[in-house]
Amino acid sequence: MLELKKITWNAPDGTEVLRGVDLTIPDNKLVVITGPNGGGKTTLAKMIAGIEKPDSGEISLDGKDITELDITERAKLGISYAFQQPVRFKGLTVMDLLELAAGRDLTEHAACDYLFKVGLCAKDYINREVNDTLSGGEIKRIELATVLARHTRVTVFDEPEAGIDLWSFNNLIGVFRELQSTLEGSMVIISHQERILSIADEIVVISDGRISASGAVDMIMPQLLGGESNCEKCPKIEVRYNGGDN
Amino acid sequence: MNAITKELLKEVSDYEDGYEYAYNIREDGICAGRKSTENIKIENKEDNPGLVIRINPGTKGERVSIPACVTHGNVDDVVYNDFYVGEGADVLIIAGCGVHVETGEPARHNGIHRFFLEKGSHVIYQEKHVGTGRGLGIKSIDPVTEIYLGEDSCLEMDSLQLGGVDKTLRQTSAVAEKGAKLIIRERILTDGEQQARTEFDVEMNGEGSSVNLISRSVARGNSYQQYRSRIVGNAPCAGHSECDAIIADNGRVDAAPELTANDGDAALIHEAAIGKIAGEQIVKLRTLGLTEEEAEAKIVAGFLK
Repeated sequence: MLELKKITWNAPDGTEVLRGVDLTIPDNKLVVITGPNGGGKTTLAKMIAGIEKPDSGEISLDGKDITELDITERAKLGISYAFQQPVRFKGLTVMDLLELAAGRDLTEHAACDYLFKVGLCAKDYINREVNDTLSGGEIKRIELATVLARHTRVTVFDEPEAGIDLWSFNNLIGVFRELQSTLEGSMVIISHQERILSIADEIVVISDGRISASGAVDMIMPQLLGGESNCEKCPKIEVRYNGGDN
Repeated sequence: MNAITKELLKEVSDYEDGYEYAYNIREDGICAGRKSTENIKIENKEDNPGLVIRINPGTKGERVSIPACVTHGNVDDVVYNDFYVGEGADVLIIAGCGVHVETGEPARHNGIHRFFLEKGSHVIYQEKHVGTGRGLGIKSIDPVTEIYLGEDSCLEMDSLQLGGVDKTLRQTSAVAEKGAKLIIRERILTDGEQQARTEFDVEMNGEGSSVNLISRSVARGNSYQQYRSRIVGNAPCAGHSECDAIIADNGRVDAAPELTANDGDAALIHEAAIGKIAGEQIVKLRTLGLTEEEAEAKIVAGFLK
């Protein structure tokens, strides 16, 4: 079980991003964290992976305080993080990344399995460099495959839908469904997508640096989808151009 | 052939207690072994020290290795090797060079290689350079490569220098005729006080000719690298050069690409990027369980692969 207690964090410019977040991620559950842009979702995901450290508060994994552990130490304890914008490398191949993720040499067959799960044909990708020639959808899937290859206790996906096309997105839902059915740890997905929200075991809404709602899908979804005019999470914004109404 | 040469040969060429195909071993300026085959003839050059290598038209799947080793200080070895590649041949040429110094005296190898490719021929040319030994004598390797690409011929050059060479000036020039293709992949790692200079000069004179220069380098310590490329399109042709450099410590890199289009249908592109290893690359590998040092080593190894 992953627990975050009273987490606060200010951006370098002094903006309060997290204002005391208490969050529990139970074992073998898929928790989707959602909320308006700028609400602190990605920051929270980075706190879990150790990419950012809280100004105050405590993070623990299975009762062990990991607040002061760095990225590498947390990764070794079993925390994985899939980037919203996957990193590209000139020279490293898909196979190199999968082997680094798995922490061992992989047979082509094993690498194929990971790529197959994210809907890629291994033959076309295994020796390809993880560079600019990969499309947004391709690199996103490779990012997911590296996280699958790690097979860890807690996996955080930061907006897996960002930057991919609709076709890839439909497949992505399938990947998460399969992961959920074979879950041997917890999954945390940061997402705005209704279809990802709908497969969650639990939804957590973060806005303005705080948890504003959390609970089962049946309870939270109707609040989020309550209509444009009365949804407090997504207030309608009047846009004015050149002083006139529009 | 001495023991140092044997060690150097293993590092810079495909030597495994001998060579299977045609070869010539140059040790401290003297021939230490040679074999010609039915299709690949190696002979002494008449006007200068060096070799004339003639590859018969239509030769396929064969290779020729011409490594050169300098095994002690106070040697300045200059060699002129000419390769004549017959029509339709498809071969691998391996020209490694190793310089070893145990004293304070300098050692240098300067290999001037000329390639004449006839119509439709294809050559993969591998050039690997290494410097070894504990001596403080400056180890220099200054290769000059001149390439004449006949109609529809293709030369792919892989050039690798991953350490130990104190000073290098690498000059490569090429002329491409109709439909000819040149691909150059260069990898350089410098450290300490080492200096590496690279100069490419390519003229595309024939319609449909193309060149692709890909240089990747890492400059660490107080080392310095200079990259110059000049691509000239005198016909409808395609030229691309790409210079990527990672700098670490106090390493310095100076890159100056030049493109000249003398024909309205010449399409020339240059890309260059110099900088430290991107922080996000290190973060990504750390989330996979690597330490910062391990992550940097993997990124550099992959980059120079």
